[in-house]
Amino acid sequence: MIKVEHLFKSFDDKPVLKDINAEFENGKVNLIIGQSGSGKTVFMNNIVGLLTPTSGNIFYDERDFVNMSKREKIMLRREMGMIFQSAALFDSLSVLDNVMFPLNMFSDKNYEDRKTRAEYCLERVNLAGTGNKFPKELSGGMQKRVAIARAIALEPKYLFCDEPNSGLDPKTSIVIDELIQGITHEDNITTIVNTHDMNSVMGIGEKIIFICEGRAEWQGSNHEIMDADNKRLDDFIFASDILRQVKIAHDEAKK
Amino acid sequence: MVNSFTDALTGIGRYVLLMGRVLTQPDRWRMFFRQYVTEMYQLGYNSIGIVLIISFFIGAVICLQIKLNIQSPWMPRMVVGYTTREIMLLEFSSSIMCLILAGKVGSNIASELGTMRITQQIDALDIMGVNSANYLILPKVAGLMTIMPILVTLSVAFGVLGAYGTTLLGTTTVPELNEGFRYQFNQWFFWCGIIKAIVYAFIITSVSSYKGYTVVGGSVEVGKASTDAVVLSSILVLFSDIFLTQILT
Repeated sequence: MIKVEHLFKSFDDKPVLKDINAEFENGKVNLIIGQSGSGKTVFMNNIVGLLTPTSGNIFYDERDFVNMSKREKIMLRREMGMIFQSAALFDSLSVLDNVMFPLNMFSDKNYEDRKTRAEYCLERVNLAGTGNKFPKELSGGMQKRVAIARAIALEPKYLFCDEPNSGLDPKTSIVIDELIQGITHEDNITTIVNTHDMNSVMGIGEKIIFICEGRAEWQGSNHEIMDADNKRLDDFIFASDILRQVKIAHDEAKK
Repeated sequence: MVNSFTDALTGIGRYVLLMGRVLTQPDRWRMFFRQYVTEMYQLGYNSIGIVLIISFFIGAVICLQIKLNIQSPWMPRMVVGYTTREIMLLEFSSSIMCLILAGKVGSNIASELGTMRITQQIDALDIMGVNSANYLILPKVAGLMTIMPILVTLSVAFGVLGAYGTTLLGTTTVPELNEGFRYQFNQWFFWCGIIKAIVYAFIITSVSSYKGYTVVGGSVEVGKASTDAVVLSSILVLFSDIFLTQILT
């Protein structure tokens, strides 16, 4: 479990995150949602340590991340996997070498075992047989799946996904969502997904935190979101005509 | 003025801090050696062609210029070979060749690292717990510092070969050049060139890596970093040339 307490973050005295408290549960897909510029990427970057909070605490299973030594942070990072918006695959390495990279850096297994593990991870994201290709030869969706395979290669305890569906068609987005959810449940990982994709919110949002103007405006699950009595959340979630109709139909059925 | 001075100091501070992260023990020696060999190939081996071509023609041109403009009946005939050798050994094959390489290698390094930065590849390394500065920059620095003495030696050799090539034009003869090349040869001058080249290799790779690694923004900033890397490393090579020449000779 990851626990965030009273998190503040400012850039040049301009506050971006204002007193955020949140708990991200183990074995669940936790979503951070919010409009562009609401602070959700800054929030995630603080959690993973790409940014340092102005104040507040972040606990990884009771381990105080903010006040850890540099060495302890490096060791903790080896328990993390991250999928970036741009996939962030290494251009100069083949798909197999990309997935093997964390194993080559941190695993003491021999080459054959590392290769077997990397091939298993590629199989798990339905990309068996693509190991010899280079990232530029793959579609956006396939690159994201390679990024997932790389992120799970070291069997992480914490998985972070920064807008994993960005730039993908709805069908591929669902495939990516299902992969993330499946891996989270099977491996009992604490997964945090940063998204503004409504399909993801409704589909895999077991725990959702809505960030608005740097504050945690609402927290709940995808089942509770239809009944959430929060105007800002409703304005964000039900912004499209189709979803607004769904909401109206849901409210009328409730009456 | 004050802002520029403060920016320069901040830049030096950041460069020193980055070098502090670079010059540490690699996380995995196996991965370091793999990268080290790759960088020697990419930065050094791929530069051999340009080094040989430029050195050959510059050697020939120096020889011709001295023959046509300096040699006179009052000077010994071996002066052409002697002067060509000294110029190649002391300045061209080390300093001028490194200036040329600063353009090729410097822009290559800065744009590669800059692109990795803006496409979050460096963030991906950091998240994994890899010392990204050490993993990406140290093999480049070590690789070019290793291969630079070979490039300098090849440059001197091809400069001399170029000078011999001018004998085909009839402006000078092989015995004249032989005499000049052998006249009062001081081996230390060769080592001066090697030492200078190793220092320049460090400057070119570390400064260009700093410019690329610290890019913030998009493709425009990567292009700017690439240009800045070439300009700054060229200036620093020239600047350090004065001190190294004074110290070594």
